[in-house]
Formats: sequence, structure tokens, C-alpha cells
Amino acid sequence: MVPTDPQGVLTGAHFLDGDYACAEGAMAAGCRFFGGYPITPSTEVAERITQRFPMMNGIFIQMEDEMASMNAVLGAAWAGKKSMTCTSGPGFSLMMENLGLGVMLETPCVVVNVQRGGPSTGLPTLPGQADMMQARWGSHGDYEIIALSPNSPQESFDLMVDCFNLSERYRVPVLFMMDECVGHMTERVVIPSAENILVEERRYTADPPDKHLPYKADENLVPPMTPTGKGYRFHVTGLTHDERGYPVINADAQNKIVRRLVEKIRKNAADIIMLEEEQVAGADVVVLSYGISSRVVIPAVEKARSQGVKVGTMRLITVWPFPEERIREIAANVNSLVMVELNLGQVFLEMDRCARGQCKTFLVPHCGGWVHDPEDIYNVLMEAAK
Amino acid sequence: MARTEIRISGLGGQGVILSGYIIGRAAAIFDTNFATMTQSFGPEARGSACSCQVILSEERVLYPYIRKPQILVVMSQEAYDKFAPELADDGILLIDSDLVKINGRHGSAVTFGIPATRFAEELGRKIVLNIIMIGFFTAMTGIVKEDAAREAILQSIPKGTEELNLKAFKRGLEYGKELRAKGTSKTKAASKPSRPAAKGKAAKASP
Amino acid sequence: MTQTAQATNEHPMAEWLRMDRMPHIWCSTCGIGIVVTCFTEALKKSGIDPNTVAIVSGIGCTGRIAGYIRLDSFHTTHGRAIPFATGLKLGNPRLKVVVMSGDGDLVAIGGNHLIHAARRNMDITVICVNNFTYAMTGGQVGPTTPTTAYASTTPYGNYENPFNLPRLAASSGAVYVARWTALHLRRLTKSIGEALHKKGFSFIEVVTPCSTLYARKNRLGSGLDLMRFYHDSSEIEHHAELEKINIEFQKKIVVGKFVDEERPTFIDGYNARMKEVFGDKFKEYGEENGQN
Repeated sequence: MVPTDPQGVLTGAHFLDGDYACAEGAMAAGCRFFGGYPITPSTEVAERITQRFPMMNGIFIQMEDEMASMNAVLGAAWAGKKSMTCTSGPGFSLMMENLGLGVMLETPCVVVNVQRGGPSTGLPTLPGQADMMQARWGSHGDYEIIALSPNSPQESFDLMVDCFNLSERYRVPVLFMMDECVGHMTERVVIPSAENILVEERRYTADPPDKHLPYKADENLVPPMTPTGKGYRFHVTGLTHDERGYPVINADAQNKIVRRLVEKIRKNAADIIMLEEEQVAGADVVVLSYGISSRVVIPAVEKARSQGVKVGTMRLITVWPFPEERIREIAANVNSLVMVELNLGQVFLEMDRCARGQCKTFLVPHCGGWVHDPEDIYNVLMEAAK
Repeated sequence: MARTEIRISGLGGQGVILSGYIIGRAAAIFDTNFATMTQSFGPEARGSACSCQVILSEERVLYPYIRKPQILVVMSQEAYDKFAPELADDGILLIDSDLVKINGRHGSAVTFGIPATRFAEELGRKIVLNIIMIGFFTAMTGIVKEDAAREAILQSIPKGTEELNLKAFKRGLEYGKELRAKGTSKTKAASKPSRPAAKGKAAKASP
Repeated sequence: MTQTAQATNEHPMAEWLRMDRMPHIWCSTCGIGIVVTCFTEALKKSGIDPNTVAIVSGIGCTGRIAGYIRLDSFHTTHGRAIPFATGLKLGNPRLKVVVMSGDGDLVAIGGNHLIHAARRNMDITVICVNNFTYAMTGGQVGPTTPTTAYASTTPYGNYENPFNLPRLAASSGAVYVARWTALHLRRLTKSIGEALHKKGFSFIEVVTPCSTLYARKNRLGSGLDLMRFYHDSSEIEHHAELEKINIEFQKKIVVGKFVDEERPTFIDGYNARMKEVFGDKFKEYGEENGQN
């Protein structure tokens, strides 16, 4: 990793909302292409980018829809740019097909979803966390994806840099699953100096054109990128393909490519997964949460602790890939696992699956539109402690 | 300072959100507190009753929304009607007395009025109403430091408008200070019409 | 094609094709190969460094072009070749970006992208192979199928109005618009050459035979019969009045170059506006922004 281009870095202490901080994080990470379509509550990300891009040689285009946005992002990534788009529920749905193209072509890029309440138009201006399974499985076919979730504007900045770095390292679109509450929450955000922001540079092939296979993976199962416009005369396709990038329509080729796309994430899960644990050792109850919910959980946890309940917390900073092993380990040592999320049970299903009957599991559900009442969380914690 | 919940409310276009932003910025950037601001979006933010929420705290803010604001700043009648009922019992209600008519008592909350619209007109720009209110807020609550508020204003307004905005801030601040000097501390009596502090129309009309 | 390859040791187009992918999937008498030939001829004559040319295709028979031409080539999703190409061009303005796809891909599912890229005058060349049908999926009706023509989803004849593609492209803002048939080899080649050198959004419709589906369902005979029909029924009329060049079932096909004008591209517009606002502080976005 190398220090980032200072042109994109607004070093200092700022009072920014999560959307603006997200845009600053992207620019600090070296993002210089943005293709997007306006949608509440994510539009401020694009607005911030448009204000600042001209002075750092970035290029913004407001596309005609989210399908176009996703494709423009992929095209720009293949042209050599660190690129991104930003959307919310309905637009995220429209991006799904071509998110799959990004996965299949192994294109580094970042897609931000500032989650609002759904389904359909739902609650454009109010928070939700109900696109989490869509993030995991939204495009057709089998694949693995990376998704991070911030719980403050500061983290919105910090994690965007991680998003770009992970996308370069694993050649996969990285999803930044914010929620409206964090997106529209203004807090102090400290942006470090450029030399303290390390970025992953694009790793291009070292092979000459006549020896180059665009999809020959390295030991990490990730192929280096092929540069466009440099005489490689390469081909990439959304069809099932071989190492040459040529379509091969049979089960063998399918087995090879799909397994690698999945394994490159699963085998590197330890490098990708970021968790924040507190008082997990010796806990009877461990409560999981992510995004804004992870803040609302704390007053409930403190109250339960004051009642003598041993509660540990785990915050999923990386939601996908899911920390399966760690959850299994914890499940073997606690009475209960509790999931707090703004939906009626999505990431809960993964927690429950990984617990595998080793402990009880509880969900504190919420349909979105607001955050949980800490009292509701407290009540479930007390129930879980029984 | 424990957690203090503040709501700034008024009409779309009055600079309600900017007021909340400046107060939060003053606390979080130019002072040493934690501040979290959230705001209403959508049609609500563009017309009629518009509001934003600021939470100030010595510790990190966890629950992001306000529930019973201790401080309510009101710049329109509609916002008053909508938000006054949620004010905490021992809270402080700050109104533009040219625009808001008090029509009820709010527990043991105290009300302070300032003819901010008139002051803004005297300064030649009605648009600085919100900055006058910030000055008033600073004087009456003491929750943000004067210097921090001044700095936050300077960093948040368009270039070339510094002088005007600083005058507006000063006007609100001094009016508030005078009010306090006249012995109007945060007492229940402050909202009574007979008190000298209650110069504004709204206060006169209060019960 | 394969016969020629046997007769000589090397296919004359070997340099331009991925010979390791031959034979291709196109039917005999399909017109897509002709478009490929004309394109590579035009590119050869253009003097443009082929290493800077990128081909983007969508899905369908024509979408497979990206897989056979030996250039940097991207086979994307259905309808999305133009937005992908837009990203590619903006990401690296040094690239010459060419979209080659079919009528269903570019005009139905991708129709919105076509008109917006034209409106923006995005500096790309779009070659639309129009065979009047969705061939890859078995001959369904499409946005260019002439009224009354049969297709697998119009078993009683088409009752919709087709798009007039040159008119659509021109009215959306394309700076270069032409229409040819697969019979007009020299003119098509020349036209592609002009389009490649045109700064801005250039659009060429190529009417091509699909004997397997379109011709069979409409009892129009063999591929040769269709070429004969093009010979007898096409009329060259440069700068024709675009509202008068609709293609009706088995009637006259007006071909020619209809639009050739200058207008600032998306990047030109961006640079001009930013210079106005920021003056010398603004560094122009352009070819030097091509990374990697």
C-alpha cells in the first residue's frame, strides 16, 4: 500500500454528515470517477463529489438511470480509474444485474447504498437496514461479495478507504451499506493527512501481451488486472469463461470460475472481516449489530449490565463475508446470541445458522423508519439472559 | 454537561438547518464536546414546518434522535404548534417573538422571546434571522461558548457576508445578555407577561 | 470464410480476429460477419493505433462481435454496452471506443442509453446491426421489426410501429448518422472510417440479413435473396429528410449519410464550463487522464 494522492484529501477536523464523509473517504481513497443517479437519501454523496472533483481531475457523470450508472462505473474501472456509484433501495435493485457483471469480470469498484425503508419506494427519508440480504444475494447466480457498514460519519470516511482498498485487493465490487440515519447524521469527522492514508494501487499483470491470460489467478485466487489500451487486445465477458477470458459454455468451466469467485473471498475472509468486540469473554449473552443499530444497542447493554447480566457486544463492521467461524466459537460459550437490526430478520438468519443450536438466538426486529428503542433491546437482553 | 437535546424549528428557507449545523459545529469542532445533528428531509425540509435536531454531550452520542428536547428554538408559529408539546418539563423555549404567539404553558419550561425578525430587518437582511437566534441561543443557554459559536458562524456562511453575520450574532447575543442582566434567570416566571424580559409580542400574549 | 482459410495458409483477417475462437457462432449468410469485415477494413485504413481501440458489445448475435475481434473487447450485459462504453471513454479519453450491438440490444432494452449518449454527444461510435429481430433467442419481434412482419411472438404479423433509427439518433443529438445495408461494403467501410474520425457521438445503422429467422418466418428466401432485395430496393440519398426514411416491410430502404456536423462533446462541454468557472486553476480533463 502507498500514501494516497493528496489532491483528494481534505485534511482537518470537519462537521460532516455520513454522506459527505463517504464522498470525502472516496476521494481520499483515490476515487476519480463517479457515475450515478439521484436518489434520496444518498444524493449528497454525489453532490459533494461534484463540488470537489473538478479540482482533482476527477470526472462525474449523472447517468440516465442506475443500470447505466453501474455500467459506467465498470467501464471506468476497466479504463483505469478508481470508480464508484451511490444509491439507495430502488436504485440498488436496478444495479443488481450489473453488479453481477462486476463480479464476473472481477472489476474493482465501490457501490454505496444509503439504506432507507422498503420495499418499493418505502420510506425515502427514513432509515432501514433491510437491503442486507439483497447485498449478499441480490444479483443472480452464486458469488461472494464484500459489504461494510459504518456507524458514524467518521467511520463513513474511514471505511470508504477500506472499501476501495478491498475492491482493488480482491477485484470485486465492494458494497458500502450505510443507513439513512448515519448518512444524514452530522458529527465531527477528522481527516488525516494524505501520507497517513494508505491505498491499494491497482495491480496490473507483469506478463507481456503474448504470454498473458487475463483470468489466471495468483496464489490468493485473484488475477492481476489487464490494462486497457496497452496492446493486450484482451477479451472479457459476462459469460462463463476460462483463463483466456473466452466464453466456455459447459459445467467444467462453470465449476472453475464460480468456485474461484467464491473462494477468493472465503479463503481471504480473515483479511476482509473487521469486527469490534467488547466483553465477549465470559459473557452469557452476546449482542450483534451493525450500522446505526450498534450505537443504539449500547444504552441497553449498559442497563442490562447494571442489572448484573454479563453482556458482550460484537459489531459487524464487515457484514459480508459473515464471520462464521467467530460466531460458531462464541455460540459454543454463551447462553444466547442476540441480533439487533432494522429489519425483520436478515443477518439474524446467518447468526442463527452459525450458532447451529449451540445456544439460543434472539432477534430484536424493527421495520425501519426509526431506530430501535433501547428499552426494547434491553427487554430482549433480559429475556436472553434467563 | 450530560446529554442535551436541542430542536431548532421554523419554516423552510429560514436557515433552520444551518442554525443546527452551526451550533453542532461550534460544540464539536471549536469546543470539546460531542455533537450529533440530524435533520428532517423530503418535502418537510422544503416547506412548512422544518426542523433539525442537535444533541450535545460530553460523551459520544449513542441514541441519535432527540426525544424530549431541553432546548427548543422556534422561528414560526407552525413549528411552535408542532414541537412545543414535546419540550422537556424543565426545558427552555426560545422564540422569535415577532413570529410566534405562545398559546400554552409547557410544564415548568421557561420561555424567552427576542424580536429577531425586527432586528434582522434593522440590519437590512431578513435572512440573518437565524444567526440572530444563534446569538440569542448562545446567551440564554450558555451551552456553546461565544467564541466557538462565532468561529462556527464564520466557517459556515458564504464569503463576503462575515460582517453582516457577525453583527447579527452580536445583536442576538447582546439582547440575550441584557435580558439576563435584567434578572431574568431561567425561572418559570420568565414566561409571564409581566416580566421585563418579555418584550416580544409573543411573550405578551402568553398566559 | 473457412474456405479462404484453407486455400491460403493464413486468413486475410487473421491479424484482426481471434483465430483461436473460430469457427464463430453466426449462421451462414448472416450479415454480422460483413460488418466485422467492413469495420476492420475501416480501422486498418484509418491510421488509428488499434491498441487504443476498445470494442464494447451487449447481448445477442451481434453482441458476440466483441468476442471475435482481436482488440480490447468487452462483452457486457443486455442493453448496457453504451453506458459501459461511456465509462470506458470517460475513464480514459485516449481510448477510441466503439459499440457494436444489435437492434434489440441497443434500441429496446438499451434505448434509453442510446438517446442519452447521443444527447450528451459522448465521443463514441455506435454501429447498430439491424436484422429486424431478436435472433439469438429465436426470432422474436423487436423495436425495428417492420409492421406486418412475422416473428415468433407476432405469429399473426407485427402490429406495432418500428423505430426509424437514423431519425431517433439524429433527433437525440448524434453528430454523425448513416444507414447502409450489408450489401454496401465500400460505402459502409468508408462510413465507419468517417465515424471513427468523428469527434462525438456517431451512429451507423447497418441493415443485415438474418436468413435463419427473419427471412424464414417471412418467406423472404435465402440470404442471397435478401442481398438481392437490398440491391433492388435500396436507394442512396445523402441528407435525406429523416422523417421520410421509415423502413416498411419489403419496401424501399433509403440509405446514405444523413448527418455530419460538429458539436462539443461531453468532455468539451465539461472543460469549457469548468474553465469559465475556475479559470486557470482548472486543469483540463483529457487524454492525459488515461491511466494504467
